[in-house]
Amino acid sequence: MKKKGIILLSAVLLLVVSLVFAGCSQPNGEGGTQAPDSGNEQAEQPNDQVQQTAMIQIRGSDSEVNLVQRLAEEFMNENSNVQIAVTGGGSGVGISAIIDGTVDIANSSRVMKDEEIEQAKANGIDPVPVRFSVDGIAVIVNENNPVNELTVDELGVIYRGEVGNWSEVGGEDKKINLYGRQSNSGTYVFFMESVLKGDYSPEMRNMGGNADIVEAVSSDETGVGYVAIGYTMEEGSVRPGIKVLNVAKDSNTSAITPLELDNILNGAYPITRPLYQFIKGQPEGAIKDFIDFEISERGQQIVLEQGFYPLRAEDIEANNNSLQ
Amino acid sequence: MQRFKEKSVRYFFMVCGLLSIVILFGIFYLLLNSSFPAISKVGIKAFFAEGYWNPTAFSGPQYSIWNLIKGTFMVGAGSLIIAVPLGVACAAYLAEIASTREREIFKPIIEILAGIPSVVLGFFGLVVVAPLLSRLFNIPTGINALNGSILVGIMALPTVITIAEDAISSVPQNYKHASLALGATRWQTLRKVILPAALSGIIAASMLGMGRAIGETMTVLMATGNALANPSSFLDSVRTLSANIAIEMGEVPMGSVHFHSLFFVGLVLFLITFVINLIADLIFQHYREGA
Repeated sequence: MKKKGIILLSAVLLLVVSLVFAGCSQPNGEGGTQAPDSGNEQAEQPNDQVQQTAMIQIRGSDSEVNLVQRLAEEFMNENSNVQIAVTGGGSGVGISAIIDGTVDIANSSRVMKDEEIEQAKANGIDPVPVRFSVDGIAVIVNENNPVNELTVDELGVIYRGEVGNWSEVGGEDKKINLYGRQSNSGTYVFFMESVLKGDYSPEMRNMGGNADIVEAVSSDETGVGYVAIGYTMEEGSVRPGIKVLNVAKDSNTSAITPLELDNILNGAYPITRPLYQFIKGQPEGAIKDFIDFEISERGQQIVLEQGFYPLRAEDIEANNNSLQ
Repeated sequence: MQRFKEKSVRYFFMVCGLLSIVILFGIFYLLLNSSFPAISKVGIKAFFAEGYWNPTAFSGPQYSIWNLIKGTFMVGAGSLIIAVPLGVACAAYLAEIASTREREIFKPIIEILAGIPSVVLGFFGLVVVAPLLSRLFNIPTGINALNGSILVGIMALPTVITIAEDAISSVPQNYKHASLALGATRWQTLRKVILPAALSGIIAASMLGMGRAIGETMTVLMATGNALANPSSFLDSVRTLSANIAIEMGEVPMGSVHFHSLFFVGLVLFLITFVINLIADLIFQHYREGA
């Protein structure tokens, strides 16, 4: 009996000690640049080495996550030696991950701020921006809302909280419920800087992602939200429960829908933005292959199928400038 | 040999006990140390000034945490209003009314309730509770403080039930027998004798449930809408201290004032739960000694 007790005790002690050591060694493995580095090393291997599997870690924008996931799946179908992991979290999360060097590619629906680029450079990382798609930020309301169009100025006053009732912008006499994203979102920042040019109303509900906003607005008759264009569509038509508003640049121009390709390509829809990926330095190996695939004709076709828009001439030019 | 074994076992358990104390002080030190740059740059006054929490505002950062504290206490108190009556009634049933067989069925199920991942509850709140509330109160959306309170109330239930049941069971049987012998009905005995005798334990259970509720993050983050405004009722959207940290920690540039301010928010949250748990503990001790 006694012996058994001692064996049991030493087993428990051994377990505890090994757990403590496991706990100590884990952060070292994760915190450093090891994982992505190994991805890069392998990425530098030529593609015809079938046995070598390259890992690409992508993190960031919630607006881009589904689209990039789809592109990655197609790419992996043709390149079985490349593994791509795509996760969301928001543009801010992706950008802080590339600053820390824990991912290979950061998805971001906004450009990096100067201080963010400086921080990355301080860590020895030179982020290269690539545009791979174009998004028209869709302003959505409930399908039962009689309002069909708004100007950019009206959107500004609504989201700054200066106007609180739909009747003031041509709707019914109902309080406006604002839905927006959280500060980790690139869409939040882009909308704030290009439409509001001021602070969001503190009454705005800060939702976790595009899908949450669509879900909330489809069940709230007084709600208004803004989402990436790809989230308004489901199998070729606008999702049930919501309506995509036409938006006018100002009160002198006519309101324009973001749902038509031409309106985005010729810049007529006022809230249009490129979707970015930031890469650690110039792309090489598998990462370069993936980027090339995204901006190829095939990749841009997938972009269109996912409800987003292909690159314009100005985007291609910007890519030519940043990629060597 | 025997003595050596006794001793080593003793020290082993002592180290385990000490470890939790070391961790507690370590975390407290980390919070204090990391929030210090924010305190010196922003100033305690700015954190408790009137206004909003919005460090990434277009017009310049604002750091007032009043609305966050208010939101935290609203969800905490709201969840208690839901969890305590339900929890105590359930505990009274388990301790006094249920047969052994019934108890054997109920108790494991209640324990399973404690094991539901908070993100699943949050999702439930978003797609089930929110539309229900909006129809019930005839409001445009059910993403508000009440929704968060209901969900966190569900999460706090197992804690409240377990501790309240313990308190009710430890009321001496003599009290009960005396009351019944005097001709009181079972309901009268429960209401007038047993529950008052177990009161301090029930209050301790509530306070521990509150401590649990105030720290809860994911469910609240998904169900309350996280607006920064000063909430005026339970039908308004609120943002809690914990949700605020979860939302902003992922994207904040390391070492910035905003980063350190989030640690200050964490420090405030830590102090609030610490005080609540301390009160619960004091009441709990009181009831242990009293019984």
